[in-house]
Amino acid sequence: MHELSIALSIVELATEEAERRGAVRVVAVHLRLGEMSGVAPEPLLFSYGLACEGTPLEGSSLVIEEVRVMVYCPACGAETNPPSIQSLYCPVCEAPTPQVTRGKELEVVALEIQT
Amino acid sequence: MSAQPRLVEVRQKVMKQNDLLARALRERFREAGVYVVSLVSSPGAGKTAFLERSLTALRPLRRVAALVGDLATDNDAARLARSQVPVRQITTGTVCHLDAAMVESALAGWDLNELDILFIENVGNLVCPSGYDLGEDLRMALVSVTEGEDKPLKYPTIFNSADVAVVTKVDLAEAVEFDDPAMNNNIQSVRPGMPVFRVSAKTGDGMEELLRFLASRAAESRTGDVGDQLALQIDGRLLASR
Repeated sequence: MHELSIALSIVELATEEAERRGAVRVVAVHLRLGEMSGVAPEPLLFSYGLACEGTPLEGSSLVIEEVRVMVYCPACGAETNPPSIQSLYCPVCEAPTPQVTRGKELEVVALEIQT
Repeated sequence: MSAQPRLVEVRQKVMKQNDLLARALRERFREAGVYVVSLVSSPGAGKTAFLERSLTALRPLRRVAALVGDLATDNDAARLARSQVPVRQITTGTVCHLDAAMVESALAGWDLNELDILFIENVGNLVCPSGYDLGEDLRMALVSVTEGEDKPLKYPTIFNSADVAVVTKVDLAEAVEFDDPAMNNNIQSVRPGMPVFRVSAKTGDGMEELLRFLASRAAESRTGDVGDQLALQIDGRLLASR
């Protein structure tokens, strides 16, 4: 359960970015979260509420955009979603796909602020 | 103050600080010529036994050292100290993984130029360590034959983050009716092309092959020379605990 330390990093990062933009209030933090980031959305949402307490972000919401894994197929050149993160092969030609091109994201992409 | 909130683009990686620190560590390791191997696994997969055996066998051939992460005790560091190489404990308290900052502070006072290979044993956990870059050159995921062949499917993210899989405790394979092809298929399914080694730290089976692989990777990454004659002289007597 490392979601709390992730949530604390998000709050720290968002607080800095909000200050730089002269925000008086942060309404929401938008996060892009890959299926293969190692972070689960539900415990993260729970931890986020705790991490915001007593900070300028208290009362803000965390909006999570989940990103599915995408792989590049070396055999047919397709960039596509594999059947699952347990089965990394090309659904088009069934070749193994070691190269993951999307799905490891863990990034704050936007803030909703009042200035 | 405007009443309407507005959306501003940010685009910042949450792990940015850890990533930057890990990058700096990697650069430091490269400059010092030390090859860094990290170990991840579930609790009880045999990381410490594997490491004890590896350190003992490599010590006459290479300048080796280890950092060992653990939640609460220094038992593992005490065990590894028996191999007579420099060992440091990182006690993480309640934290379930190592991060780059912990590695950096644990290195304080060590002259990295004096080392050839540094092992970093992560906290036993197949979830949390996956996203934390430690600046290592190679990440090994260990899984024992007693854990079930579907372990890689249950924890695909950490297996995908690793470079090499090591199946441990193969001396118990028969007793637990271990299905090696199934394990291999599952590993290849979550990380296509990943090299798989099978070892027993108790009997020494498979250890020499893996240590040769590590020594040759280390030599390749540091000097560009794939062939590594010293690695071929591993003393077989040091590979088994009995």
